[in-house]
Amino acid sequence: MLKVTRDPIDPRALEGVLQDGESGGVVTFLGVVRARAGDGRPVDGLEYEAFEPMALAEFERIAQEARERFGDVRVAIVHRTGELRIGEVAVAVAAAAVHRKAAFDACAYAIDEVKRRAPIWKKERYADGSGEWKTNETLHP
Amino acid sequence: MLAFARVRELLPESDFALDLGDGSRIRDAWAILARDFPALSDVAASTRTARNGRVASLDEALCDGDELALLPPVGGG
Repeated sequence: MLKVTRDPIDPRALEGVLQDGESGGVVTFLGVVRARAGDGRPVDGLEYEAFEPMALAEFERIAQEARERFGDVRVAIVHRTGELRIGEVAVAVAAAAVHRKAAFDACAYAIDEVKRRAPIWKKERYADGSGEWKTNETLHP
Repeated sequence: MLAFARVRELLPESDFALDLGDGSRIRDAWAILARDFPALSDVAASTRTARNGRVASLDEALCDGDELALLPPVGGG
């Protein structure tokens, strides 16, 4: 499951498609809208937009790279677009493997690469009605 | 032309056509954009261009009907 969607994300749906009876470990990462910006300013919500065909092609490449790096892992990536409120899931990445280490490693790799490479943009909306496009140039751990 | 996020907000439209001469390259498209929309000068250096869905260099030659997308620094996740 590799998807860009305006609809709310159901993390269980990602985990479900990865369960094939062979995987002993499934790791899920959820990126959730925070109430405060990096500088502490209160945030009302986030607006996401994506260049969808290119984002999906990038998700495909990232999932393939995870397989090459970590062996027999399967990765699902779903990213939201549109207006999101505090607490909503903006991105979900799930990875399944026979053993947990490969699942953890593949999940971490996939979310890092999605943030670094996927043509997706985020605007923070503040209480005073203003907004600011935020970039991932300096990734937080 | 397709424009996204900060770059989109600096242009009157997010999806528009650009007329270029035969043999034009991506840098020629940028020259026209910079002339018509001076506000782009702040973001031009950090904006990548994708041609038909693949990030392309400024030297890449263009064909009639190509889709160029203007991609500011990403911020997904």
